Amino acid sequence: MERDIEPTGRVDEFLPSYANGSTSFAWWGMAWLIATEAALFATVIVSYWYIRFRSGPIWPPDGIAAPELALPLVMSAILWSSSIPVHLADRAIRRGDQRRLRFGLLAGLLLGAAFLSLQFAVEYPSVLDEFTARTNAYGSMFFTLTGLHGLHVLVGLAFSVWVQVRAWRGAFDERRHVSVQNFAMYWHFVDVVWLFVLLTVYVSPHL
Amino acid sequence: MASYAERLELVWHEGTGLSAWAGTVDHKRIGLRYLYTGFVFFVLAGLESTLMRVQLAAPGLEVLSPQTYNELFSMHGVTMMFLVATPILSGFGNYFVPLMIGARDMAFPRLNAFGYWVFLAAGVFLNSAFLVGQAPDDGWFNYLPLASEQFTPTLAIDFYALGLIFIGISTTAGAINFIVTILKLRAPGMTLNRIPIFVWGELAFALTVVFALPVLTVANVFLELERKFGFHFYDADGGGDPVLWQHLFWFFGHPEVYLIVLPALGLVSSIIPTFSRRPMIGYTYIVLAELFIFVISFGVWVHHMFAVGLPTIALGIISAASFMVVIPSGTQIFAWLATMVSGRLVLSTAMHFVLGFLVLFVIGGLTGAMFSAVPFDQATTDSYFVVAHFHYVLAGGAMFPMFAGLYYWGPKMLGHLLDERLGKISFWLMFVGFNLTFFPMHIAGLLGQPRRTYTYASGLGWDLHNLLSTIGVFVLGAGILVTFWNWFRSRAHGEPAGEDPWSGDTLEWTTTSPPPEYNFTTIPTVRSREPAWDQPELIGGAQPPEDGGRPLTDGHTTLATTLADADPQAIVHMPHASPWPLFLTLALMLAFYGVLLSSWMVAAVGAVASAGTLMGWLWPRGETQET
Repeated sequence: MERDIEPTGRVDEFLPSYANGSTSFAWWGMAWLIATEAALFATVIVSYWYIRFRSGPIWPPDGIAAPELALPLVMSAILWSSSIPVHLADRAIRRGDQRRLRFGLLAGLLLGAAFLSLQFAVEYPSVLDEFTARTNAYGSMFFTLTGLHGLHVLVGLAFSVWVQVRAWRGAFDERRHVSVQNFAMYWHFVDVVWLFVLLTVYVSPHL
Repeated sequence: MASYAERLELVWHEGTGLSAWAGTVDHKRIGLRYLYTGFVFFVLAGLESTLMRVQLAAPGLEVLSPQTYNELFSMHGVTMMFLVATPILSGFGNYFVPLMIGARDMAFPRLNAFGYWVFLAAGVFLNSAFLVGQAPDDGWFNYLPLASEQFTPTLAIDFYALGLIFIGISTTAGAINFIVTILKLRAPGMTLNRIPIFVWGELAFALTVVFALPVLTVANVFLELERKFGFHFYDADGGGDPVLWQHLFWFFGHPEVYLIVLPALGLVSSIIPTFSRRPMIGYTYIVLAELFIFVISFGVWVHHMFAVGLPTIALGIISAASFMVVIPSGTQIFAWLATMVSGRLVLSTAMHFVLGFLVLFVIGGLTGAMFSAVPFDQATTDSYFVVAHFHYVLAGGAMFPMFAGLYYWGPKMLGHLLDERLGKISFWLMFVGFNLTFFPMHIAGLLGQPRRTYTYASGLGWDLHNLLSTIGVFVLGAGILVTFWNWFRSRAHGEPAGEDPWSGDTLEWTTTSPPPEYNFTTIPTVRSREPAWDQPELIGGAQPPEDGGRPLTDGHTTLATTLADADPQAIVHMPHASPWPLFLTLALMLAFYGVLLSSWMVAAVGAVASAGTLMGWLWPRGETQET
């Protein structure tokens, strides 16, 4: 059995031997990983706009139609709604609620997988009928930015599976759950980034 | 009952066999590895520049072919920036940040080991380009369209782009580790305004990495997608723009310059008080200046592009921002001068290098301020004047502090004093050689000599300047070799250093030389900005518990403290030695070679192996509080 407090060696002084949230090193590590990832996405998004403004008045160029909006909006609703069960799971384990933790994570996983399936199996094939990443700079930016985000969703799904295996084995309790917090932080980040991807790639060509 | 030290020794000793060698997570061993490996690459890049100087000694020489010359100046720049300056300063940081803040290790010890292995692997990856005769040859900033598939069809640019993406993993991992270490592992009582300035310098460096490095990574990912798969980012025919590369490269590149100089300035700021025998004057202003440099470094990239043909308004704004850099730089210089003037100066070898640095950095800063003026910049762009300037700033501003660091902290790392007489000989050779090499380049540049040309005709008035530079590089090289000789001789035969040969002010001087694996017998409670001067009970790295020391002998642990006030929060169990960081590095290296050679099966195997080794790494073993 793990101890919750340990002696420091000073007379009668004990400190917690577990750490969550901003007490934990891992939480800060994730926060700074997200900061550098945000810089990564910002660079690609700014590059998109740079290419767009260097490209002349017609965007998308070369007779390509502005992207279809309906499906990306449905995908957005699915992706953003996945943050709710993840958030509830994160809240639940702070109270030690194992059932809500497990089902919240599972629901988040299924919604994320649904988003990714729609992107790769439905949206990309229909876009590829019209242009590819090799057609022109517009196509390259389209697939690089959405693909980079998709890759992050994929990593998030792997992360989710990793946390869930441990959640279903009962590894977390109200004192030890920083992995759940870190997963939730990463997942919310990927969802927030999607807003900027959506506005840049799908909405802005209609403006 | 066994003493604290005996109990800690049992818990912290990593052993000696191969598994301990390959798996070590001790920040001091890793720091030394960074230093030694960085200096190997330093010698390599130095030999590259010596060959170039031999070629340029007189007009019309044919020592090197134009192609070889292109490869040498490209690899010299890439190596010095990415495999020498950053890793060596990270090496000092790795070794001394935990010691200066009174911690037992970095926040993420295995990530630390991983950062070193990836640095080594990426260095080998980049330099393996020489073995196949396809070394990067388009300069360290690798402009498009020259670097496109069409104009450089060899693997040279793929080595460059993939190599820089690869080393970026190492630098980013190291930076995040530094930030979390400095925010969360400071000894109790080390409030924000008691953090040693060197540690602030490493923090500013790490923050710059976090926000600047992804830009380089994206630029190189775009480049590889374009070269390998026919995407369009930089080619005008496909709707791209070659100037995008320049923006991305320099948006990273200018912060890169500062992220090299920032820890070097921090190093200077930790040496000056010790050898002035008084606390640093203007501590707060120096810290604010370093943070201001971090911020402003993101607003000056276009001054590398003044000759590109950008809108005048952009030039004006960036010109003004570039002039602003003078303010924080000047603030630090005046604070150092004031500290030295009002103290009792001890002219040790380390202090010689610091004073040499001051002279060179001020000269480089003056020419730097000249480039902020757009017309002057446009007149001298791509001339040897620029080469002279950035060697004064970077080689003067980083190499001299590094050598100062070797002489200042060498005794702590080796346990032996370095020879001061050899050190001063080394300094004078380096200082004279440096100025002989680089000062004439100012004049040759103003006389019109362009950089990156493998030879020149006689009768242009450049002959003498080039000959002097070539003589200078040999004097400089001799000075460097004297220090290496001194290092290895003293390592074997030097006088014992004792805990505190210089009467230093910061915590690293309170523990033994070299420190034990657990750094401090008790994690100290700090009550001063100069704890080693003001708290005599810290002697021996064993502040008694009744004075605030915390032995933490119950496990492989260190202390987590609050971000601003450094109040104790939790006892954190640290991971033990692990081979997985090395395995992950090897898997990644396989993947990078696969992409390089367009062997997608190899790349896929490398990627799958990377995922597998990552699982092996993260698998809960009950050592740490992963949950």
